[in-house]
Amino acid sequence: MTDIAPLVSHGAADPVFGGTTAQFLRRRALWNRLAGYVLALAALASVLVTVGIVYVLISESAAFFRQVSLFDFLTDTEWTPMFENAHFGVMTLVSATLTVAGIALAVAIPAGLGLAIYLSEYAGSGVRETVKPFLELLEGVPTVVYGFFALLLVTPMLQSFMPELSGFNMLAPGLVMGIMILPYTASVSEDAMRSVPMGLREAGYALGYSRFRVALQVVVPAALSGITAAFILGMSRAVGETMVVAIAAGQNPNYGFNPMEGAATITAYIVQMAMGDLPHGSIAYQSVFAVGIVLFLITLLFNLVGFYLRRRFREEY
Amino acid sequence: MTHLDSVKYMAGAEVAGSTPVVMSSPELRAEVRNLSFWYGKTQALNGINLPVADKQITAMIGPSGCGKSTLLRCFNRMHDLYPGNRYGGEIRLYPEDRNLIAMEPGLVRLRIGMVFQKPNPFPKSIFENVAAGLRVRGIGDKRVLNERVEQALRGAALWDEVKGRLHESAYGLSGGQQQRLCIARALAPQPDILLLDEPTSALDPIATARIEDLLVELRRTITTVIVTHNMQQAARISDFTAYMHMGKLVEYNGTNAIFTNPKDKLTSDYITGRFG
Amino acid sequence: MNAANNCKTLEQIVSANKRIDVVMASLGILVLMVASAMLIGVFVDLLTSGWPRLISSEFYTNFPSRHPEKAGILSAMTGTSLVMLVTAVVAIPLGVAAGLYLEEYAPRNWLTDIIEINVSNLAGVPSIIYGLLALGLFVHTFALGETILTAGLVLALLILPVIIVSTREAVRGIPRDLREAAYGLGADKWQAVRMYVLPAARPGILTGVIVGLARAIGEAAPVITIGALTFIAFLPPSPIQAEAPFINFEWLSSPFTVMPIQLFNWVSRPQAEFHINAAATGVVLMAMTLAMNALAIYIRLRLRRHDR
Repeated sequence: MTDIAPLVSHGAADPVFGGTTAQFLRRRALWNRLAGYVLALAALASVLVTVGIVYVLISESAAFFRQVSLFDFLTDTEWTPMFENAHFGVMTLVSATLTVAGIALAVAIPAGLGLAIYLSEYAGSGVRETVKPFLELLEGVPTVVYGFFALLLVTPMLQSFMPELSGFNMLAPGLVMGIMILPYTASVSEDAMRSVPMGLREAGYALGYSRFRVALQVVVPAALSGITAAFILGMSRAVGETMVVAIAAGQNPNYGFNPMEGAATITAYIVQMAMGDLPHGSIAYQSVFAVGIVLFLITLLFNLVGFYLRRRFREEY
Repeated sequence: MTHLDSVKYMAGAEVAGSTPVVMSSPELRAEVRNLSFWYGKTQALNGINLPVADKQITAMIGPSGCGKSTLLRCFNRMHDLYPGNRYGGEIRLYPEDRNLIAMEPGLVRLRIGMVFQKPNPFPKSIFENVAAGLRVRGIGDKRVLNERVEQALRGAALWDEVKGRLHESAYGLSGGQQQRLCIARALAPQPDILLLDEPTSALDPIATARIEDLLVELRRTITTVIVTHNMQQAARISDFTAYMHMGKLVEYNGTNAIFTNPKDKLTSDYITGRFG
Repeated sequence: MNAANNCKTLEQIVSANKRIDVVMASLGILVLMVASAMLIGVFVDLLTSGWPRLISSEFYTNFPSRHPEKAGILSAMTGTSLVMLVTAVVAIPLGVAAGLYLEEYAPRNWLTDIIEINVSNLAGVPSIIYGLLALGLFVHTFALGETILTAGLVLALLILPVIIVSTREAVRGIPRDLREAAYGLGADKWQAVRMYVLPAARPGILTGVIVGLARAIGEAAPVITIGALTFIAFLPPSPIQAEAPFINFEWLSSPFTVMPIQLFNWVSRPQAEFHINAAATGVVLMAMTLAMNALAIYIRLRLRRHDR
């Protein structure tokens, strides 16, 4: 017994710890505290990112709004920042943004819902386990590639039976974007539908419901807030998507909702301005941040509503 | 029509011939014949024979894992929803004498109603919950729906409590009310058989008592099969009781007979509380 | 008997139900096929149009050029690699640390709530807004210029939420027993986290890191916004040099281009010859991101199999 030294020997120097036990414990506690602080700092840094975004957007566009009234900004229907007689009607850009996003949703909602219903209610687990990673792969395709696809493949294809379609138009990027956000909306809706308790489905089947009826009358209503969240978050992505529209929708600021024509969205405008060499401090430079605020607020609104709905859905079950 | 006076349903030969059936041989509504069931490779039911008397309550009791819920879910083919499940044997449905196990599951479920352990109303209004089974049958006539919904809610002793708020969400009801709503939902299409899978296990004693009263009221109007973990409940409300153990039917008899004079040692051990 | 009389109609209902089910299932498969056709179509289209450039070794060793047949992606590939280096060095420690804090350390209070809402919101902020942040803050206020450092930083911030979320999920998935075993040995919190939790969570964190980096590689918008040049006919100074101290950091402040920007530049040219280059760049880009995502999925699937 005596040849085994106790690991913790009070007071005495202990080679295991390189000091006394008390010293070891003190040092360990110090590291523990330090680690906690460092990790907390990292977490706070993520808040700093948001603070930085808000600070930059506000401070840079404050100068802009000293020269352009908020009223003109919101009501003017022309956007001509580089002209002698410059107009800054942001609705021009917003109309194009919403048109493209609307087309994208018109594709993504029915297709995404159909796919989600198929995966959650019809497909066997084997199919599901294969398809979901595939959808993730689809999500990983760089958007600039989708832009290439919209401009050089989808637009010519559409033009073959829609001769009046412009080379730059909102239809092709809208459609491509719809398929682009499809994996996301489908997988978020599918998650929501899968978390509907099995007992609810069984109640439907016990009444003689078909799968379709169970899906449409039991699962979809029960998962509705989760599904809505999926599409609102999808909408937010479509609104903020840049490269597809910058490549395929053109850079002409046109007020209107005609999908056959090209028009600059908020994001496309920012890219266009950034491509040219903008003098720091010019009104054109500041206008980029002013439209940035609009974009930030629109997506923030969608995101907050989406998160709220999704969280509420999670609480229900 | 087949009658319930035969002894072939008795599980063991040693109990044959001593069957004091309380009712004067009621007609048969269904009959489980040599039914086996497998979850994948695991056998859950083994050669079950069980009569289901018309307009009577048949209770299935036994320790947890004995297969009573599995057997119940064979009646409306609930197992077909999940892959890998397999049946053997048959469940005859009378009077037309068809085998439920061989029928289209969708058709079976249109004819046999079910109430589950946990109340599971749809996320819809009270009215639409009860009307759900009617709508599946293509009944859309408002007048017919109103009438049948009211009838079903009265049948489930819920009408007086909810008649003022038929179009409010079913989730606003208490647990006991929700379960009675589920009973109304199952009753509305007038099923041939009503299956109840431990319908009171998630409820408090007062709500449980109300459901039991309701089942007693219903018992001469509909054929009921109930699974219960609560022996007193089986004794209070059922006409016939089947005792199951490890996937087998050990004993079946009139409820009074089985509780006062069990023939099998397993049954008497369970009833006297030695295990379960 | 009521039900018996209905029997015929009940059977009709059942067969009608079956028909609807077949239609719905085929619809779902159709959507799937359209999505697959899209992915395969994009790739095949890029591959066939870009093929002549893809098989030419000059494409990988040349700088961009006014002559489409001589233009290459050397500077773009180098730029992407260096930017990713910065992104990884910044985003991985920061993201993992923040994730660990939120999952292991954070007390339940309003500050934690704010951080959590903030992280999920950041994940939804459009990438181009990050570009504006970098333009206003890094390029001008901090005077970092339009450099590799700025691009690496902005992409690091962009993928920070991805890494934080995957770290949290990985840490959350670790069984309690492991933690309790560590505490049972007398470990304190940091020891338990450092010696047991973090190693066990490593594969899960790795998938998040790979997915995040794959996203950063494909991102063009924020990098364009900071004003990255598209015509870069030189390489940044090498990070490694022959004489002491063997590494230098001059490359951080070098102008650069990256692959998605090179693609954007070529696809925006009116001449169809440049579109061939764009397609070839697209193939390389897609191959990289798809391979990374596939790797992440593979790691995760293998992880799940281990859990069982």
